[in-house]
Amino acid sequence: MEEKLTLFKNRKRFGIEKNIDIIFKNTALVLSSFVAIILLGIILVVFFQSFESFSKYGLKFLFTSEWNPVKDEYGAFAAIYGTVITSLFSIFITIPLGVGTAIFITEDFAPKIIREIIGSFVELLAAIPSVVLGLWAIFVMEPFFRGFFALLHSWFSWIPLFSSEPTGRNSLLAILILVVMLLPIVTSISRDTLNQVPKKLRNAAYGIGASRWKTIFSVILPAALSGIMAGVLLALGRAMGETMAVTMIIGNSNAFSWSLLSPGYTISSMLANQFGEADGTQVSSLFYAAFILMILSLLVNIFAQFLVKRFSLKYR
Amino acid sequence: MQNHNLFYQNKSSRNITDIFLTSISFLFALFAILPLILVVSYILFKGGSQISLDLFTLEPNPPGDEFSAGGINPALVGTLIITSIASLIAIPIGMGGGIYLAEYSKGGLFARFIRFGVNVLAGVPSIIAGVFIYALIVSTKIIFGSTYSGLAGGIALSILMLPSVIKTTDEGLKLVPNELRQASLGIGASMYTTILRITLPAAFRSIATGVVLGIARAAGETAPLIFTALFSYYYVSGFEDLFYEMGSLSVLIYNFALEPYDVQNKLAWAASFILVLSILFVNIFARILANITTKEKRI
Amino acid sequence: MIKNKKQKNKIISLDNVSISYGSFEVVKNIFCDFKKGCITSLIGPSGCGKSTVLRSLNRMNDLIPNCSLKGTVMFDGINIYDKKIDPVEVRRRIGMVFQQPNPFPKSIYENIAFGARINGYVGNMDELVENSLIKAALWDECKDKLGDSGYSLSGGQQQRLCIARTIAIEPQVILMDEPCSALDPISTLKIEETMHELKKNFTIIIVTHNMQQALRVSDMTAFFNAVEYEDGDGGKVGYLAEYGSTSKIFNSPKEKTTQEYISGKFG
Ligand SMILES: Nc1ncnc2c1ncn2[C@@H]1O[C@H](COP(=O)(O)OP(=O)(O)OP(=O)(O)O)[C@@H](O)[C@H]1O
Ligand SMILES: [Mg+2]
Repeated sequence: MEEKLTLFKNRKRFGIEKNIDIIFKNTALVLSSFVAIILLGIILVVFFQSFESFSKYGLKFLFTSEWNPVKDEYGAFAAIYGTVITSLFSIFITIPLGVGTAIFITEDFAPKIIREIIGSFVELLAAIPSVVLGLWAIFVMEPFFRGFFALLHSWFSWIPLFSSEPTGRNSLLAILILVVMLLPIVTSISRDTLNQVPKKLRNAAYGIGASRWKTIFSVILPAALSGIMAGVLLALGRAMGETMAVTMIIGNSNAFSWSLLSPGYTISSMLANQFGEADGTQVSSLFYAAFILMILSLLVNIFAQFLVKRFSLKYR
Repeated sequence: MQNHNLFYQNKSSRNITDIFLTSISFLFALFAILPLILVVSYILFKGGSQISLDLFTLEPNPPGDEFSAGGINPALVGTLIITSIASLIAIPIGMGGGIYLAEYSKGGLFARFIRFGVNVLAGVPSIIAGVFIYALIVSTKIIFGSTYSGLAGGIALSILMLPSVIKTTDEGLKLVPNELRQASLGIGASMYTTILRITLPAAFRSIATGVVLGIARAAGETAPLIFTALFSYYYVSGFEDLFYEMGSLSVLIYNFALEPYDVQNKLAWAASFILVLSILFVNIFARILANITTKEKRI
Repeated sequence: MIKNKKQKNKIISLDNVSISYGSFEVVKNIFCDFKKGCITSLIGPSGCGKSTVLRSLNRMNDLIPNCSLKGTVMFDGINIYDKKIDPVEVRRRIGMVFQQPNPFPKSIYENIAFGARINGYVGNMDELVENSLIKAALWDECKDKLGDSGYSLSGGQQQRLCIARTIAIEPQVILMDEPCSALDPISTLKIEETMHELKKNFTIIIVTHNMQQALRVSDMTAFFNAVEYEDGDGGKVGYLAEYGSTSKIFNSPKEKTTQEYISGKFG
């Protein structure tokens, strides 16, 4: 026995190999904690940079929309309003479109090949950079909708949201381009969730004679609800933070207006526009606005993750 | 014969509702693919007509030149450089982190915390990554005193890539059957040998697909670059240019789309053509690769 | 004098070993000496902890989160659960063959060479591969396609490849967890022949649900059983019910449960 063993030189692990094993593990450990460090770094840096503005304007910053570097007066109300209104409107338009598309893809309405093509087209849409969508919005979408917006104004000018004369780029266009960007997110997450709903639930409904859409509305969608909600929230987070396409089409005006037909602002478009040239309190105020954006999107994201957990607990 | 029968009734209200709703969902699906078709065809049409050799070799002319906008060479090279820097940072860190989560962590509290962090970081708006790197690197001049630089842009971009690399590595490794790990450890292989020689190769394709898609996505990002790498009209000529402003296709599109001059706008379309085509190409290629992988697994 | 001889004969001994997954105790108070150069089979009803005990012998349980062991497992006079012991080294001396064939996604040749290289083999690799495949009764079937993937083999061939892979690193002990459960009778017989062959150089411990197999291949048999917890909340804990030479266990068992189990009354 002992003689044979001599053919195997590493039967005993020598120092080098043992050390490599330990170093490898610890390196991986350190690398994995980078995520936490970066996340913490982002929160701390943005928070401390916004401190000057925070101590000067306090919560008033959230409710005034004066933005005047000459007078050193800053308030982000218009941008916060724009962020909230564009993301909410766009998500509400996207929900029926995205979920409807997901239902179409997951049910067997059409031959499989057609559904697969639609599915992959929607996913490819997600791959188009937002700056390109912005370019397209400026040169194709805006001229196309000009006449329509004028009509909208003449019919509905009594509604505050359409109360202003349309002048080129505006918040409504930003909402529409956001719909294009959110559609793939909502569709693909809804599709995955719908696919995960157990077959036996559907069969149970068919078994008692429910029609197809009755089954979809009363059994399948409720079962998939928390998963779809998570997708919607992730998309909402995306909408709030989306920068390029919105900046290019929203018109970038800090003058507050209820109307979607007048130029608007969002926190991220404000950052994109002003960050490069700002100094002094303005920089700190921009960081303050960035901090608000970050908190908003963190909250939405964490809630979305909570829902994802709940959905996967239910069906696994 | 009884009153009701089992024949399909076209006019029953239930069947009409069903047909109506089915048509609506079909309409929505058509509507969902319309933007892709429109955007891509405009890019092919408006950008494709601008393609020439000059486009790839020349510097862009500053706005105001009404006859020619020049080319996009510096932006093209810049995008390649910045994306490479981001990949060089994000891939090793992300794969290392993913390996820890999937192979070592045993699902403990730390791993759950990190996975949560990965998802949160993935949801951080991309412009925030730019703001962060601006505060950390650009305004502090911490890298050899340079302010706006391609390097800073690459670092900002790597923050956006990191979560996707960790996730694909983690999930790819988790798909590797445990039997394979046991086989290797059961004959006395060290953990690192097992990971490097057995599990990583087994998960290679799915990880590679995810990473490539992540790179493609990063190549089109703009927001983190507009105040880290900024923009440059001039050729990248040497290593030291890493420490100065650097152009990129996406920032070029942003800047030139907003110029009032037609020639500049056209250049933006041309840059979009190149950017979108390469991104779509990579996407389709990666998806086909992923499909082959899953089919192989089923056999 | 007699005691001394006994001491020399045993290769692994369990001393008051209890194993738990989390707070759930699976086997309790096991005392057992495995003899050198023998084939020992572990039998018993499903879920009584045979695999758990087997995995504890070369520290494969380390890979299962929250699995913990109390007591000592002595191998060649060393407690392998000592803090200073490197589990990787333990596995180089005590190899394992699993219930499901699990070849590497590499060529047949590489499947065997991989382990040998890890163990720092310095001899002639071709020779080692050939010898191992011959010992595992697989050589004739695959000598012409050593470059093919391990997955191109049938299930039974794959299992023999896994055995060859383990033999190749020449461990002192080979652990086998139901190595034949996925195989047809012919492959099973081949593997049993292989085991008889291997007995000359190795100690083998095998888990099996097949009484005939235990009777055919093993010199010693350990019968595990499970009883409900004393506090009676429905959970079961495994224990070593009877251990002795195979002929004794099968012909004149001391325990009634053993008798019932081997005659097929439960399990
Ligand atoms: N990884 C694990 N985590 C938690 N409990 C486990 C784990 N593996 C096994 N168990 C439990 O330990 C007990 C013994 O399992 P073990 O696999 O050792 O039984 P066994 O005797 O090998 O059964 P079988 O004959 O079916 O293979 C079972 O009750 C099982 O549920
Ligand atoms: Mg078992």
